[in-house]
Amino acid sequence: MRLWENYHRPASIDQALSLLSGSEPPVRILAGGTDLLLDIRSGRTPAPCTLIDVTNIPDLQGIDIGPDEQLQIGAATTHWEIARSPLIAEHAPALQQACGLIGGPQVRNVATLGGNVAHALPAADGTIALLTLDAQAELASCAGRRWVPVETLFKAPGETTFDRQQEILIRLAFPLRRTGEGGAFSRVMRPQGLAIALLNVAAWVRLDPAGTVESARLAVGPCGPVPRRARLAERALQGRPLAAESLAEAGRALRHEVQLRTSPHRATSEYRYHLLDPLLGRVLWAAHAEAVRTHGRVSEGAHA
Amino acid sequence: MPELGLTPEIRFDVNGQLVQLRPEPGEMLAETLRQRLGLTGTKIGCEEDECGACTVLVDGQAILSCNYPTARADGRHVLTIEGLGTPEALHPLQQAFIEHGVVQCGYCIPGQIMAAAGCLLAHPEPTEADIRAALKDTLCRCGGYPSLLRAVQDAARSMHSGESMGGPSVPKVAGSRAIGTVVPRPDAAAKVTGQTRFTDDLTFPGMLHGMALRAEIPHAILTSLDVSEARTMPGVRAVLTAEYIPGAHDHGLFVKDWPVLVGVGERIRTVGDPLALVAADTRQQCQAALARIRFTCDPQPVVSDPRQALEADAPRLHPNGNLLKRIQVRKGEADSPPAVEAQVEGEFYTPTTEHAFLETECSIARLTEDGRMEVYVGSQIPYSDRDQVAASLAVPVEQVHIIGMPIGGGFGGKEDIAGQIHAALLARATGRPVKVLFDRRESLLVHPKRHATHLHVRLGADRDGRLRFAQTELYGDTGAYASLGEKVMTRATTHSAGPYVIPWVRSDCHAVYTNNPPAGAFRGFGVTQSAFGVESALDELADKLRIDPIAIRRINALRAGESTSTGQRLTESVGLLECLERVEAEMRRLHGPGNLFAARPDPDQPQLVRAWGIAAAFKNTGLGGGAPDKATAQVEVDRHGMAEARTSSAEIGQGLVTVLQLIVAEELALPLDCVRVLLSDTDLTPDGGPTTASRQTFVAGNAVRQACELWKASATAYLAEEYDVAPAQVGFVDGGVSIGQRRLTMAELVDRMTAAGRPTSVEHEYRAPDTEPVGSGTDIHVAYSFAVQAAEVEVDRITGETRVLRVIAATDVGRALNPLGLVGQVEGGVMMGLGNALTEEFILEQGRVFTDRLGRYRMPSIVQAPEIVPILVESPCSHGPYGAKGVGEITSIPTSPAITNAIYHACGVRVRRLPVDQDWLARELARQ
Repeated sequence: MRLWENYHRPASIDQALSLLSGSEPPVRILAGGTDLLLDIRSGRTPAPCTLIDVTNIPDLQGIDIGPDEQLQIGAATTHWEIARSPLIAEHAPALQQACGLIGGPQVRNVATLGGNVAHALPAADGTIALLTLDAQAELASCAGRRWVPVETLFKAPGETTFDRQQEILIRLAFPLRRTGEGGAFSRVMRPQGLAIALLNVAAWVRLDPAGTVESARLAVGPCGPVPRRARLAERALQGRPLAAESLAEAGRALRHEVQLRTSPHRATSEYRYHLLDPLLGRVLWAAHAEAVRTHGRVSEGAHA
Repeated sequence: MPELGLTPEIRFDVNGQLVQLRPEPGEMLAETLRQRLGLTGTKIGCEEDECGACTVLVDGQAILSCNYPTARADGRHVLTIEGLGTPEALHPLQQAFIEHGVVQCGYCIPGQIMAAAGCLLAHPEPTEADIRAALKDTLCRCGGYPSLLRAVQDAARSMHSGESMGGPSVPKVAGSRAIGTVVPRPDAAAKVTGQTRFTDDLTFPGMLHGMALRAEIPHAILTSLDVSEARTMPGVRAVLTAEYIPGAHDHGLFVKDWPVLVGVGERIRTVGDPLALVAADTRQQCQAALARIRFTCDPQPVVSDPRQALEADAPRLHPNGNLLKRIQVRKGEADSPPAVEAQVEGEFYTPTTEHAFLETECSIARLTEDGRMEVYVGSQIPYSDRDQVAASLAVPVEQVHIIGMPIGGGFGGKEDIAGQIHAALLARATGRPVKVLFDRRESLLVHPKRHATHLHVRLGADRDGRLRFAQTELYGDTGAYASLGEKVMTRATTHSAGPYVIPWVRSDCHAVYTNNPPAGAFRGFGVTQSAFGVESALDELADKLRIDPIAIRRINALRAGESTSTGQRLTESVGLLECLERVEAEMRRLHGPGNLFAARPDPDQPQLVRAWGIAAAFKNTGLGGGAPDKATAQVEVDRHGMAEARTSSAEIGQGLVTVLQLIVAEELALPLDCVRVLLSDTDLTPDGGPTTASRQTFVAGNAVRQACELWKASATAYLAEEYDVAPAQVGFVDGGVSIGQRRLTMAELVDRMTAAGRPTSVEHEYRAPDTEPVGSGTDIHVAYSFAVQAAEVEVDRITGETRVLRVIAATDVGRALNPLGLVGQVEGGVMMGLGNALTEEFILEQGRVFTDRLGRYRMPSIVQAPEIVPILVESPCSHGPYGAKGVGEITSIPTSPAITNAIYHACGVRVRRLPVDQDWLARELARQ
């Protein structure tokens, strides 16, 4: 079985779109390939006739500050670039932590954030972090471009809401970090079997100078067929300082909105629920500490 | 728009050379490097992005070339192991890998070095954490991770500061002229530069590829098989079924019950059973043809567990039923155990586990001009391969030539036939060379595994801790075919009461066929399983009696003069107590007085708790049980004064080649660069027997040593005559020979002997002392090695995650011949034991293999490597060469129970099932 018949490396988005519609089907977009190529080899995905490698498109690369105080990341930016980027460290520590944990160094050197998102798995580390950044995704098609919340991209495990035969994910963006905001990410792994998180959690909080949680965003994976924000738990945290009580309430709320299943040979449902509170606490306190740190820095700035 | 249907030509740089080519559909960089550019230093281990063996640098970044489309390399710089350095101009990393003994089988080494090179480009002064992170996904199954870490640190320091490298950290032993000295392996330079050719690195003109159709059903009767369409497929040169086989239809190391090909009307007993063979121009064409083979079968009820297999209504998998062997050990006259003041009883379970050597099985068969069948294969038993290939081809054994290739890891998993017979049949049918390469999935399905074992252990003791009885019952799942199952489960049984003096022992074992993949030899050979049972039970007993775990072992340890559970009186070479003392001393050095096994919560993170655990073990050296245990070696010195030792014994990374080189250097007083070792060729090397049972240093070592002694005796006799002196006047020293005041170089001596018509080559067979079968009450083994390991673990009481921080490993090796190699064996054995305890499980579901890719089978990576403190104990065995005993397996045996005993001390949960399941552990802890 040949893994593909035709391989293209377009130099522009328009070229990629033209190939997407004009090539012999089945056609797949290839970024790093560390998910897709393995899926093709193992038969989990049928071998495509045409692969369109988007890693040569300059518009899909790079981390910069774009218009409207947004941090923009090209979809074909590698996890390695994200994990070492000072901009990401500054504005999205949860994303930096998540991308720094995916796979190993060789995989991170080629695997991309866009690929992580577009592969649409319920516990994709990059996606879970992006959800708490209120990130948007830019999709390009022959009809034009549009921005959608990342949270709306997922239909089912491995399936996106956008038609991958028509649209290409080209960019991710989220607001720059402001004073009082902080995020964190963590996960629990198992040393046996596949190296996929049993449970991962990302959190983001905005604190007022008094320490009240003005706003919180939480994402847990795998919480169901698609990655989602945990809005009930978020509401439980809002309007009060972070403390054992609010954490406990958030944990209880979380239990109502996540479905932590048993994955055979990987994790029991019972174990995942057992991990939920500790992991939630760990990540929220880390996000909190990040937020407090920005208040501290502003104070330093004021003295400078 | 690019040309329709063709990927454009690309230009890229490989090791400083410009390459221009058009990638084929589906072509990955690894394939381009290996097949089109002949750069076979880059290896393929899994094709799943799991093992890192294929790591190369692209624009200075480490990537996995097995899943990197070649087209993507356009305009880039690719650096492979061959470009990093050559034997004449080694890169500091390559040099460090040699000096620190990191190189064992060598298969992972190019990938490790390239990943390390990538690390150093980004971190010229890397911390230990930087190195562990960089090498996280380059796996080494030989497992010398601590040495690997030190090598990279040493190279980095040297590169950064300009100072020379520090060298390895090796325990001091009493060295001699050559043996006991710290030397690099003779094959290390070739391995670190990617020059070593493993079987898949070879191609021959006109070579075809061969593949087998596997049944993929655990139990059925094959009712029809239609290969007619497959025969017409493009590129297909032969399609063979069972009718084609001219000779033996079954193979096997002892019991020949394993079909070469299952024929119509015959029984399929496991998912990996081969039904047909295809030879075609390319692997893809093979796969396409296999997909067109149609067969029907009549599914049968699956036997998935040994106890189920012994039930009266269980389907009979073999003509003599499902019981392969019943093994019994009896010690003590009384019918029932003595009354005791304390006893413990426990059920234990160890799962099927997988060797996961980095190099998958590959055989190339080729008919020579004179009609002989040559087979190139990395095999642990070349002469056995020869016999089995000849039997199936229906030719005399002299018509088959096995050319043993370097082996990328064996651990017992390359003793049975893999693709050798299939390749030979296809070569015979097509008249062309045929390469049969298992991909990782096929390797996982087909080669024999470690026996999943149920153990019931009951120990009874007096209040002072002295053991009075041991009762063990074992059920071993030997899978569909016997392989070495009888021997493995015998070993498990004879060692199941542990290395202790126990007056009354009853051990009963059933080795049973099931429809699981066959189980056979795997480092530890049954003792890995039974040690887990008895060492856990002994710790439980110690706990019950409130006796320290070290003390209870000290009280009961075997000593010279005592008898084992099979009634063998050990007269010498029992270093167990010294191992125990030295481990305890090291623990005291770290922790001072007080309870060494107390749980120690982390003051800052109270959910983390640390504790130590300890375990002891013993393991036979040599085949034992009455089997003739011999090895034949040749030693020849040529007119250049170059000595060569030859035997068919296999080098699997354990360092046999170094040991034999050291022995010749020692005996003939030659410098190492004047000593070569030739192994594993049935035409060129005499039979050294199987590389198994930790026997090769012992038997091949003795054979080579004695051959050297005979060589010297013959030369001495010649010189005594020639120079008219007493033989005592002749001495071998400093690369030559002294006759009184006169000196000759070795070259001069051989020259004269040759001119005088005296032989300069000696062939000698060494036979180990006879042993008796189990039940004879006498010596079932020529020697035993002993080991004690203490493991410090940290348990997260909330998540159940467990990590191993440190292992102190004391091993009685009899005599340390190759200390650098021994450190590698200790480190690798501990890592394998750690994997066995914490990460590895080959999961079967009603005979079907769930663990059908490497990603699902996790062997430990460098991030899990603890600090390992190797202690070498030398309690010489008078029969061993210079007192040496086997070490290949013993280092991997006590690790698992040391870890699980430590977990108990840390958090009070007793682990009776491996691998430790953090999910289960967390829930147990939550219940406390």
